[in-house]
Amino acid sequence: MKKITLSATLAAGLAIFAGSASAQVDLDAVLNVEGMDITTRAPAADFLDIDEVISGWVYRTKETQALQMDDFENPGMIFVDIAMDDWNTVDGSEGKSCASCHTDGPAEFAGLRAEMPRWNEEKGSLFNMEDYINLMRVEYMGAEPLKWAKPRMDAMVALISLQSRGDTINVAIDGPVSDIWEQGQELYFTRVGQLDMSCANCHEDSYGLMIRADRLSQGQSNGFPTYRLKNAKLNSIQARFKGCMSNIRAEPYAIGSEEFRALELYVASRGNGLSVEGPSVRN
Amino acid sequence: MAEDSKPRVRVPRSATAGEAFEVKTLISHKMESGQRKDADGNNIPRSIINHFSCDFNGENVMQVTLHGAISTNPYFQFEAVIQESGTFTFTWNDDNGSVYTDSKDITVG
Repeated sequence: MKKITLSATLAAGLAIFAGSASAQVDLDAVLNVEGMDITTRAPAADFLDIDEVISGWVYRTKETQALQMDDFENPGMIFVDIAMDDWNTVDGSEGKSCASCHTDGPAEFAGLRAEMPRWNEEKGSLFNMEDYINLMRVEYMGAEPLKWAKPRMDAMVALISLQSRGDTINVAIDGPVSDIWEQGQELYFTRVGQLDMSCANCHEDSYGLMIRADRLSQGQSNGFPTYRLKNAKLNSIQARFKGCMSNIRAEPYAIGSEEFRALELYVASRGNGLSVEGPSVRN
Repeated sequence: MAEDSKPRVRVPRSATAGEAFEVKTLISHKMESGQRKDADGNNIPRSIINHFSCDFNGENVMQVTLHGAISTNPYFQFEAVIQESGTFTFTWNDDNGSVYTDSKDITVG
């Protein structure tokens, strides 16, 4: 008897949650940053089991959404300013700054973020933004490489991502990267950790639902680097992977590892059709 | 680099005399409260922005004394009314003695 009462209560509880969930997510909200309309919903690529890809911005509260619509209110832009100082700062044995070679400023990189990560023919490996920044620092400036997922690196990634804001994500998945992409897909659907969950359990099967006090998004990477209200700083894609893996009580792969590189490529390709938002604001 | 404080200010380029308009200011600062301890159990010394002021043509518009419980990257938004064109100057005082300033011109037209 007691058992029956309990399950009835649970069912009622779930119904309430489901009701409030659909009431709170406004799928038709329009992201307009400083007068620029940004695509937050697009038809999904053929290899996906979902019909539509949706930016994580859609699943945030009205207040958080508003922060991203105004560059002054967007706390991520502070770090873009800081990176701009870094851009002009001479570092390394060659006596150069970024600005010494890139005379047209960061705007030279317009469109780059939309294709990342991508295959670097010359180096024969998959490159993401951090790799390119460190390649320039080491080979042309004679400077120490920046550490991944640290403030200085994340700020520089944000500065370069910003140049592509509004551009449509178009990550190549064929040719030389196809094996890495397959590996990333494998990782995305493999259950790991004590909670025995895969990325897909939350971000493909359950997006839009509540996970404790937070609403699950599709886990798209188009908004990275992301300013999170939770830790008041920019967060890189791979740092977020690490956080997700800790949450499901798995042993995270190392930032910059082969596994995370493959996963970054696969997750980025899931967002093909969305717009570059970085630096975005999330909770 | 990332530890550097950098002020950001938004003031409209022009305004109508006697009509209120919005001023927004923000400065990047870690605002270390002095209440936290490092890994060895030692107190991390307080390091915050302790004072903010806004002047218009040399006359004080507003000032704020900040204390330890204010979170990172302090943000102020307030309204101002002016009668003539001029310059807003904004000043932030750091615990370590640094002073950060920014200024914006505004025209009454």
